[in-house]
Amino acid sequence: MDGRAPEVGTTPRDRVARFPGTTLIGVLVALVCVTAFAAIMIGPFALSPGEVLATLVGRGDAQSTIVVWKIRLPRVAAALLVGAALAAAGASYQALFRNPLVSPDILGVSAGAGLGAVAGIFLSLPVAAIQGSAFVGGMVAVGVVMLVASAVQGTDRTLSLVLIGVVIGALAGAATSLLKIMADPYDQLPAITFWLLGSLAATTSDDILPALPLVLLGLVPLWVLRWRINVLSLGDEEARSLGIDAGRTRFLVIAAATLVTASVTALAGVVGWVGLVIPHIARMLAGPAFGRLLPTSVLIGALYLLVVDTAARTLAAAEIPLGILTAVIGAPFFVWLLARGRRGWS
Amino acid sequence: MRAFCLFFVLLLAGPVAARSVTDSAGRVVEIPDEVHTVFAAGPTAAVLTYILKPDTLPGWPRALRPSERPYIAAPYRDLPETGRLTGRGGEANLERVLSIEPDLIIDFGSVRDTYVDLADRVQEQTGIPYILVDGRFEATPEALRLVGDILGVPVRGETLAADVEETFARIDALLSEIPEEDRPRVYLARGPDGLETGMKGSINTEIIERAGGRNVADDGGATRGLVNASMEQVIVANPDTIVTWDDNYYAKVFDDPMWAGIDAVQRGRVYLSPVEPFGWIDRPPSLNRMIGLIWMAGLLYPEEWTSDLRDDTRAFYSLYYHVDLDEDELDRLLEWTDGRPR
Repeated sequence: MDGRAPEVGTTPRDRVARFPGTTLIGVLVALVCVTAFAAIMIGPFALSPGEVLATLVGRGDAQSTIVVWKIRLPRVAAALLVGAALAAAGASYQALFRNPLVSPDILGVSAGAGLGAVAGIFLSLPVAAIQGSAFVGGMVAVGVVMLVASAVQGTDRTLSLVLIGVVIGALAGAATSLLKIMADPYDQLPAITFWLLGSLAATTSDDILPALPLVLLGLVPLWVLRWRINVLSLGDEEARSLGIDAGRTRFLVIAAATLVTASVTALAGVVGWVGLVIPHIARMLAGPAFGRLLPTSVLIGALYLLVVDTAARTLAAAEIPLGILTAVIGAPFFVWLLARGRRGWS
Repeated sequence: MRAFCLFFVLLLAGPVAARSVTDSAGRVVEIPDEVHTVFAAGPTAAVLTYILKPDTLPGWPRALRPSERPYIAAPYRDLPETGRLTGRGGEANLERVLSIEPDLIIDFGSVRDTYVDLADRVQEQTGIPYILVDGRFEATPEALRLVGDILGVPVRGETLAADVEETFARIDALLSEIPEEDRPRVYLARGPDGLETGMKGSINTEIIERAGGRNVADDGGATRGLVNASMEQVIVANPDTIVTWDDNYYAKVFDDPMWAGIDAVQRGRVYLSPVEPFGWIDRPPSLNRMIGLIWMAGLLYPEEWTSDLRDDTRAFYSLYYHVDLDEDELDRLLEWTDGRPR
């Protein structure tokens, strides 16, 4: 499906391990569909497959209709959206920074979004405003990183970006901590804690509708720029020799990936590890060429978060925060990836 | 330097006019005969101290908000902010505590080992006697008697303890007639989306069971404390009564289609708890829950619990909070305690 994109950065081993592109995508799409239908059926409110189908065609009773249409469908959609977005952003950042240890929050987007949301909770704003301030916080944090990086004029652009990202992220984290100790320990602090662990428990279609176009707005440039991202992953020298303005491309990719991450973080809270781990799995299956890596990451990310979120809402009587599950699954898996000694990179 | 001097003063003055008390954790603490200043380790202790002997309170853990001020007696509403002293020292600086020169530190809440340790450490470090008081709802009368005695107001402590015991006894008498399965199913909706709640057995929802409600967030005791619930779980639990103190949530619950099918919403049984100056349900879980308990008993058992909330509230604020409310203040406080017509 990416016949025109040159295969750069591939090793013979990658070529052997790789599935044919269209087959892989097809299998993943089918898996996502089946899992999504299963996720719509599963939940504390018991519904048989027949009842779910009846509800989906508009013949269910009132309460089942609410459960399926207002609760599970938005939640399934949100899980797919969040997983896809975080994985896509992770894949983009990893290619951009030529580093497999990079995740979407490397430039401080999660820390900024967290600060925004915590400020919203601290001011006792309604949910939509909390999400809005989370989004703004994420975008502002990365904006500040890029501004500072362009002012600093380091010799290694990428390195100074990452370092300033760490700095701004730490500052935002400190401000978040300050708000936490100032917050009312009996009402705001628990809300802040839950938000910082990520959850889709309260997701409604009203939350998804603003996030969806923003995510698409970010994914489209990433797809359009796939060839340039490939070239950029070889290094600035190579990019320049191929006539690509590395600085501008980098700016566009960062802006797009940040938009994507900030949108879904505003929706779901801080969900770690997805953007770090999923691109690795995708790279093992599809190889590093970004034209294949991006759709594969998107689909695997969506599938992964859907499974995790279904577990989060069914495993225990109380919701398990998403960030806890993704870390518990992601961290050991990442160690395993490292131990295998095969990074699927360079 | 000042702290250093104070330490010596305490060391010298301590044994002269002191007596021993045993706190709720079983610690024997030497305290001065007359206690003039109490540093409240957290909001729960501040409420307790204010209620028993407000003159001893040098400040609030968090300065009062404008909306809360009318519900605290005039001189005390202007007290400064002192910060909290819980969990690894909290954010109240020990030197600041010393500069306040309290005769005593009181913590009202958990008496588990962590807090015993913390109390011992702070006491050793500062030389200020540190009293731990059991904050469980059931232990309220003992807490009032203990702290009343410590602060030199045993009569007031006894009066209030008797008042609490009377309320408890009234509710127990009422509940003895009502089998568990006939009791209302209550959900505590916290947070702006109403999906944060306390599991049965948590300190945040203790009041529901004490007032004779069944907390629908119950996994058989596997989880305690605050949790996130999902809308679907609320639908499955289908509570017939919802209490909340979040006005963002209260503003939207009747118009939100997701909540529309919930029994409590259909019957118009969603109630907004007053929070001024302290929350009636928890927030903080202290003596303020006594008026919340009376309110909730009336909500859950309107036939059996026949007392006028307005009168009860006026009496409670007068007896406990040292403030006489006028009609406007009562109106504002009780605005949504009866629920809202749909």
